[in-house]
Amino acid sequence: MSAEALSLPTILIRGRSVMALVVAPEWPLEEWLAALDEQMRRTAGLFGHRPVVAHLGAAPKGGAGPESVLDALDALAARDLRVIGVDGVDPARLAGTRWARLPSLPQGRETIPQGRETIPQVAPAGPPPPPSSLLVDRPVRSGQAIVFEHGDVTIIGPVASGAEVIAGGSIHVYGALRGRAIAGVMTGGEARIFCRKMEAELVAVDGLYRMAEHWGPDLHGRAVQIRRDQKTLALSALA
Amino acid sequence: MSKVMVVTSGKGGVGKTTSSASLGAALAQAGKTVVVVDFDVGLRNLDLVMGAERRVVYDLVNVVQGDAKLPQALIRDKRIETLSLLPASQTRDKDALTEEGVGRVIDDLREKFDWIVCDSPAGIDKGATLAMRFADLAVVVTNPEVSSVRDSDRIIGMLDSKTRRAERGEKVEKHLLLTRYDAARAARGDMMKVEDVLEILAIPLLGIIAESPDVLTASNLGCPITLHNPASPAARAYDEAARRLLGETIAITAPMERRGLMSRLFGRKAVVA
Repeated sequence: MSAEALSLPTILIRGRSVMALVVAPEWPLEEWLAALDEQMRRTAGLFGHRPVVAHLGAAPKGGAGPESVLDALDALAARDLRVIGVDGVDPARLAGTRWARLPSLPQGRETIPQGRETIPQVAPAGPPPPPSSLLVDRPVRSGQAIVFEHGDVTIIGPVASGAEVIAGGSIHVYGALRGRAIAGVMTGGEARIFCRKMEAELVAVDGLYRMAEHWGPDLHGRAVQIRRDQKTLALSALA
Repeated sequence: MSKVMVVTSGKGGVGKTTSSASLGAALAQAGKTVVVVDFDVGLRNLDLVMGAERRVVYDLVNVVQGDAKLPQALIRDKRIETLSLLPASQTRDKDALTEEGVGRVIDDLREKFDWIVCDSPAGIDKGATLAMRFADLAVVVTNPEVSSVRDSDRIIGMLDSKTRRAERGEKVEKHLLLTRYDAARAARGDMMKVEDVLEILAIPLLGIIAESPDVLTASNLGCPITLHNPASPAARAYDEAARRLLGETIAITAPMERRGLMSRLFGRKAVVA
């Protein structure tokens, strides 16, 4: 072995999980883009610099040709959305264009609304789907963030003030919840938050959040269940 | 086998330097060879508390950068011969320390001393993370009040992720040292109770040091309290804490509110002596 080969550094390849926003354009594209512009105008920083996955399953096949998905992607890029991947489209449709190198990122648990035709995808032969729940059996310390978008998170121990738990599904804390709990990132309104001792700073289910000042002192320190009840969060004592 | 112990807290002003000096002195008095290392580059205090400020020639930064050898920088304590100090630089800042350099110094110190006490600076940036990087065990110094407790919780989280031991999958033994405890205020509810702090931090309690003017006196005289006034309650508490670190089992008693004779006669609360 040459001296050169011996002195090469070992390169560690680590994985990273990021949360991306899914944008699903609808056709006719002009109307949908107008609605998108309106929403972006009303909510400053709606997308910010967050990575975006473009779900193009609604794109018309056949007659309209490949331009429709390209138009959609171009329109998103023109609005400064950071598209990092696509879903619901055959990569062959993007071949030879500037979008050819976008990875295909099929979702695990996302539900596609009824009445929309989806392009059948070739199921990739790859690793088995990731486990759908995460168990943490030590305290979550201040400043730590547990992010698990594939399913439920169970914590055996307290969640400290200044810590946060972000779960695709429900959150179960067998201890005091003193930090933030954000549930339902994937499963939406079905998710719930459970804790043994409610001293949380902020709780959220499917995007709807409440802070301690909203629920008052009655539930403080008790075992509590939090769920989404239509347009509001319902907090109730357990036992 | 030598032990590297970091004294850390997150929050500033809770008693890390005082505790490093007192525990270091108590361990040395128990017969161990001890070096206390000041990691607070630029704002050094350990040399003052140890009474060695006029004998500092070389410091940790000099040794890390190769300008001086370790024996040149070590200052032997005049009162206990098994106790030494490795001071920090006052003219530089934390960027002068490198992980590789500090690692070499710690390895050298392991060969010469039974206990290496690393006095961490406050905060969570480079100085604090380097002080804990090579630790085998940690003493987390906390005052029984909310901001200190939350900062200590953050530091405990970092002890489980930013140390060499944690990266290798081993555990850093953590001990809670509750300082500046005032029993009267805790009873009135002005201060957190011991149980409340333990419930939040969930690490074993090493000792409770009551608020005491003796500690400030000792600091200003440049003598760790366990040497200056061994009979005082604070010194006894530190001595017991050191013996617990050495493996002895001593029951922890929360310091009671101390009332002098006059206040017992006249029923008024005196300043805790």
